[in-house]
Amino acid sequence: MEQVLVALFTMVVGVLGCILYFWGSNIILDLIYPASGKKAANNIRKSSAIRPWLFLGPAIVILSIYLVYPVINSLYLSFRGPAGNEFVGFKNYIWMATDEKFLESFWNNMMWLIIVPAASTIFGLVAAALTDRIRWGNIAKSLIFMPMAISFIGASIIWKFIYDYRGEGSEQIGLLNAVVVYFGGAPQAWITIPVWNSVFLMIILVWIQTGFAMVILSAALRGISEETIEASVLDGANPLQIFFKIKIPQIYGTIAVVWTTITILVLKVFDIVLAMTNGQWGSQVLANYMFDWMFRGHDFGRSAAIALVIMVLVLPVMVWNIRNARKEI
Amino acid sequence: MDGIAGKSPALTWVVNISALLLVLLWTIPTFGLLISSIRDKDQLATSGWWTSLASVERNLIERSSAPDTQVLEAGIYVITGNVFGTEQGDDLGEVTAFGWRSQQPTAFEPNTVAQMNKGLTLSVGRNGDYRLTSPVEFTGSRGKRIFITSIEAPKFTTNNYNEVLFAEGLGRSFLNTMTVTIPATIIPILIAAFAAYALAWMEFPGRSILLVTIVGLLVVPLQMSLIPLLRLYTDIGIGKDYIGIWLAHTGFGLPLAVYLLRNYIAGLPREIIESAKVDGANDYEIFLKIVLPLSFPALASFAIFQFLWVWNDLLIATVFLGNNEEQLVMTGRLREMLGSRGGNWEILTASAFVSIAVPLVVFFSLQRYLVRGLLSGSVKGG
Repeated sequence: MEQVLVALFTMVVGVLGCILYFWGSNIILDLIYPASGKKAANNIRKSSAIRPWLFLGPAIVILSIYLVYPVINSLYLSFRGPAGNEFVGFKNYIWMATDEKFLESFWNNMMWLIIVPAASTIFGLVAAALTDRIRWGNIAKSLIFMPMAISFIGASIIWKFIYDYRGEGSEQIGLLNAVVVYFGGAPQAWITIPVWNSVFLMIILVWIQTGFAMVILSAALRGISEETIEASVLDGANPLQIFFKIKIPQIYGTIAVVWTTITILVLKVFDIVLAMTNGQWGSQVLANYMFDWMFRGHDFGRSAAIALVIMVLVLPVMVWNIRNARKEI
Repeated sequence: MDGIAGKSPALTWVVNISALLLVLLWTIPTFGLLISSIRDKDQLATSGWWTSLASVERNLIERSSAPDTQVLEAGIYVITGNVFGTEQGDDLGEVTAFGWRSQQPTAFEPNTVAQMNKGLTLSVGRNGDYRLTSPVEFTGSRGKRIFITSIEAPKFTTNNYNEVLFAEGLGRSFLNTMTVTIPATIIPILIAAFAAYALAWMEFPGRSILLVTIVGLLVVPLQMSLIPLLRLYTDIGIGKDYIGIWLAHTGFGLPLAVYLLRNYIAGLPREIIESAKVDGANDYEIFLKIVLPLSFPALASFAIFQFLWVWNDLLIATVFLGNNEEQLVMTGRLREMLGSRGGNWEILTASAFVSIAVPLVVFFSLQRYLVRGLLSGSVKGG
């Protein structure tokens, strides 16, 4: 209980501190440059030049410390030794290029990058198309969307239970093995089978992300102008043709957004692999491998180099986003 | 769109059934977890949750009471009791077979008398009552083994929850998660709201560069920040404390917060803000009295995002918080349990459900805002 009180107290202090800062700094600004008197016009001009920076100050400081500085610092650290003390040139990158586990993580990540966004978007599109046409569509949407609220680690437990394996002959309590046995197959320890185990982990992320894809694509599908659909109906198109030839081409932009958003998420996937296999049985991925070198390997140089690889993979999306944003501004 | 599906009844059926299948596929995993978490732990370990309403057949090895409970009846020594435990079993289960040797654990029907070595006899009734007799006195300190096969009625219990919340320390972790989540949700909103207003409605040099930078920062992987920040924290001396994680979550949440809020605030009608300026209000007053109340939907959307994200986060908590009782959050506890209690599904399922219960409540009650936030954040190109 004491801790909750401390948390509440800190929260109030933090919030009050924020308010005090914004309120106080604005009052002081008005006192220094009052909007009245002889130099009123001059003062207003000065204070409105300063005020934006009062508003932006905390955000700029925090963003610089927590995001901008680390990117630069990581780049620097990736050329340095385990504790960051000495310059080692490209040693960390050379190590990476020859390290078997790194290459395994890299190719696994590539596989994740292709399968997860594709599967989530396709399932999301199917779910959107189906739920938009039924009466209980909103309930169905809610239920498919629900896994998004579940933590990766919670989802991992849910699915580990589904993949649970008992020796042949004893009763299976994992749903997947029970189904396999029911149809006459032999039970498998799914998450220990190399290559395929990655697919079983990907299913978890697809399960979580499909709802997100569905919500956005469903909104896009509803935004399509009725005229194009009516015209195609008059021309005798069947529902499938309407869907694939009329509707889908009109939402390519949204599909791209969904796809890239999930791509970014996939690059950072960490919790699922950590919880399910911790990179054993050939299922390692970059984010978890980086974590491994950071906490178990205690090598900040190598770890930073791995983080940089993730950053480089994200870069094209970042550039694309920025170009889109510039068009809007 | 209804018109298209409505034309053919067959198509309507196909659509409805496919949707139902999809919904089932997506809900069954969570449903299975929920059911499993309220099952008796022995039943959970021996049968699938989808059979939880059916009776369970189990093979058990029990032990009779110790020899010091024997009584002398008409010249023979007798030990009696119930295989299901001390409380006389009524609906605990029904014995369908028993035995006294591990080679033949199901050799005898209930209520028959099994002849054992050295003149001993054993009989077990359907309700589990057993009677062990011997012509000579029982010796030793332990009872005889009794093998039984029993059919048990489905058992549901809240014991699993009691155990994880109080014995396994999940209750404590729940509080720790709260301690992390609430400030880490509120602080970024305040800071972002001011910044978003400045970016939307104030004139200053470098505005568009700042905006573009924030859009760029939206996708910076967290992994980039971990090592530099950990080193920075150690240098400054913050170490592993709550203040460190609040600020970290604030930093990582800010780009999305500023971006979402700016999009919303920039869309507010220009006339409102300009007429207030004409009336002599400065930007601070306009923000506080007009913009902030009008932005409630966007603030709510972001609050839900940030809440879910912080509540469900494992990475940042692992890096910036300690592993001790006072700081271990629920996701961290779950991860620990997966390692130490890997086979104890009654512990894992109940713990997982405790950890997802709050996000699910938030999700279902505030879904409207979540969807709105997603749409304004993604459709525009973030």
